[in-house]
Order: sequence, then structure tokens, then C-alpha cells
Amino acid sequence: MPTFVYMTSCDGCGHCVDICPSDIMHIDTTYRRAYNIEPNFCWECYACVKACPQNAIDVRGYAEFAPMGHSVRCLREEEKGTISWKVTFRDGREKNFVSPIRTTPWGSIKSPADYEVPAPDALNSQELAHEPDALNIDALPALTPDQLKQGVV
Amino acid sequence: MFTTNHFAELSATISPAIMQTFVVVMILCVAGGTLLDMLHKKSARYFFENWRKVQEKGKQPVSGGEVASLAIQTAAVEVLTSAEFCNPRRRISHLLTMYGFLLYVISTFIMVFWYPTPATPTPAILPVLWSLGALMVCVGGYWFWFFIRVDVASEGNSPFRVVRADLFILSLLASVTFGLIWAVLQASGSGAATVFLGLYLIATTVLFGSVPWSKFSHMFFKPAAALQKKVETANGSRRNLPPPADKPEILGSARRQPGHY
Repeated sequence: MPTFVYMTSCDGCGHCVDICPSDIMHIDTTYRRAYNIEPNFCWECYACVKACPQNAIDVRGYAEFAPMGHSVRCLREEEKGTISWKVTFRDGREKNFVSPIRTTPWGSIKSPADYEVPAPDALNSQELAHEPDALNIDALPALTPDQLKQGVV
Repeated sequence: MFTTNHFAELSATISPAIMQTFVVVMILCVAGGTLLDMLHKKSARYFFENWRKVQEKGKQPVSGGEVASLAIQTAAVEVLTSAEFCNPRRRISHLLTMYGFLLYVISTFIMVFWYPTPATPTPAILPVLWSLGALMVCVGGYWFWFFIRVDVASEGNSPFRVVRADLFILSLLASVTFGLIWAVLQASGSGAATVFLGLYLIATTVLFGSVPWSKFSHMFFKPAAALQKKVETANGSRRNLPPPADKPEILGSARRQPGHY
């Protein structure tokens, strides 16, 4: 399920090397172009495919779900804030999708470092980190003792 | 030093015919090396096969006149301004190296063939352009070598690690650096000038003779690839990429560029 690089289009800029979460996109020592050093480890997250400014990276999926003749290509247009997908089926059908890159303004999401350090006794609480606010509810549902039935039901 | 034709001064010990033969041999090495590279990698065959596929997959035909117009645009934009580079530092470094190399090579050719001896006074501009070209290559090249090279900046390798991909840039930097040092020493009458002349000739021979193994021939292949990309966009095939999106509402600012390279 690996990514592969069209070396004639690649200009060795290193964006894919920087962004790959598995650290498997590296630079070839003969041509100074990018290549996938360990296809077995590739998650097909498409991070490198989207990041490549030359659109020089593509994915070759395994045959049971991505048969020969298919194609999935994406075009990330940062200046417009969009990412477009073109899916071509082996029978020739095409489907095109356009999505925004983000739905919130850049910088609007609080980073983990911006949260206050929790109190030490928070470990004794039944609630997990950022609950119940992160769930967009007032409180977690809970049973009170008088709601429990005694004896055989 | 900058207005002296060092090749004319050299003609006292090395005959102009030998210098001119050397230059011709270097040109033949480039031509022959590029052809050998193309034959070995079958790059011409793949290029024309790809060209045929692009024509077949195109949604609208592109006439010969349009291709010619796209070729002019490719030359004016992608080639002359190195527009394919999205990283501005890489682009500036490449422009310095490219134009410096052109100045350096063309002025060398003119001085060796048209003004080979002191009997043929050299216009002062030529040695100035030679020195300027060599200095531009040094600035752009060393900047690239130490700071911009992706295997150093992005992968964290030592700048002193040498791999085969470095053959072109290293031999180019060696040629211009030894050439400049030789010119300075020759102008000052130093005995060490001969040593650096030898190093200059060796580095230049490696630069032009290693074309089949180095990236030298990218200067011929990349414009062809850039033209092919333009034709793909013009005929609608776009390398099977989706079409540009309709402009939607833009959220936030552009992505912050990576800060470590």
C-alpha cells in the first residue's frame, strides 16, 4: 500500500520528508529525489501526497480494494484553502470532490500548551481530561443510589 | 586581476591550440555524456511515450502553434526565472548558480577562442564577467551546499557527507574555486599558480566528463519536463489531477512554512 514518487517530477524539496509521520520518505543519494524507503510501513495517510508542491507522489493501493486501472489523485491549493480529489474507477467512472483544508480559522484551536495544568487531585475524579466541556455537555450522565433496584428484578 | 585575461597570459606556457582543444573536448564530453545518459536511462523513449499518452488522454487538442507558444513561455518563466522552485531560497541560490555558470562558461569560451594570446587585446568586460560568474557560482553553490541541500537541512546529515548526488555541485564548486584561486595566484606571479591550475583542470574535467553519472544534464531534461507539464495543463489531462477548485471562502492565513529548512 505504498506511496511512490515520480522522480521526473520531484525536485527534491523535502516537504514529504518533513511531513511523513512514519519517517519513511527520504532522499535518494544518487539523484537527490524523494523515495519511500520502507513501503511496508506506509499507512497511506496521504500526508506526503498532499504536501508535495509538484504533485509528484502517488499511492499504489493493494489490489483487493484498489484494482489495476484505478486512480486517486489529490490537488491541495493552499491559497484557496481547498483540497480536491479525483477518483477514477477502473470502468472509467470519475468522481470529483472538493473539501476545505480547514473549517476553522488558522490559530483558532487551543494548543495543549495553552491549557492550565490540572490539579493533582483531578486524578481522583471520574471525569477524563477536558470532560465534560470537550463533549459539549453540562455533565456526564450518572446513576444515583435511589435509581438502583434492590433484590431480584 | 579582474580585468586580466588569464588564459592569454597562460598562452606563454601552454599553446592556445591545446587550450582550445581542451574546451572542444569538454563540449564533446557534455554532448556525448548527455546522449549516453539518455540512452542508458531510456529517458528519451519514456519522454516520447509519455508525450503520446498525454496527447491521447487530453480533453482538447493542442496545436503546434500553441505548443510553440508554451515552449516560449516555459523558456521565459520556468527556465530563465527557475519558477518551478517553490522555496524562495532554493530559487535564488539556483538563479545565482545558473547565471553564474553561464557567464563563467561563455566568457571562458570567448577568451580562449577569440583572445587567446596577449597579441589579441581582450576587452576588459570579459575577465570581469568571468570572475563575476565564478563568484556567483560560489555564493549560490556554497549557500546551497551548506544550508539548503535537502539531505542536510531536512534530513540532518552532515554538510560534509558526500554522496553520488553531490558529484555535479561539488565538481562545479571545485572548478570555480580552483579557477579563482589560480587567477589570483597567476596575477600575483606566485609559483603555486601551477598547482592550482592543475587542480582547476582536474576539477573541470571531472565536471564535464562525469555527465553520465551526475546531475549535469538536468539543465536539458528539466525544461523538457516543464514543457510537458504545460502541455498537460493546456490539453486538460493535467496528469490525472483534479481541476482547480472554484474559489471558496478562505479560512485563516496560509500555512506557516516549516522553520527548520
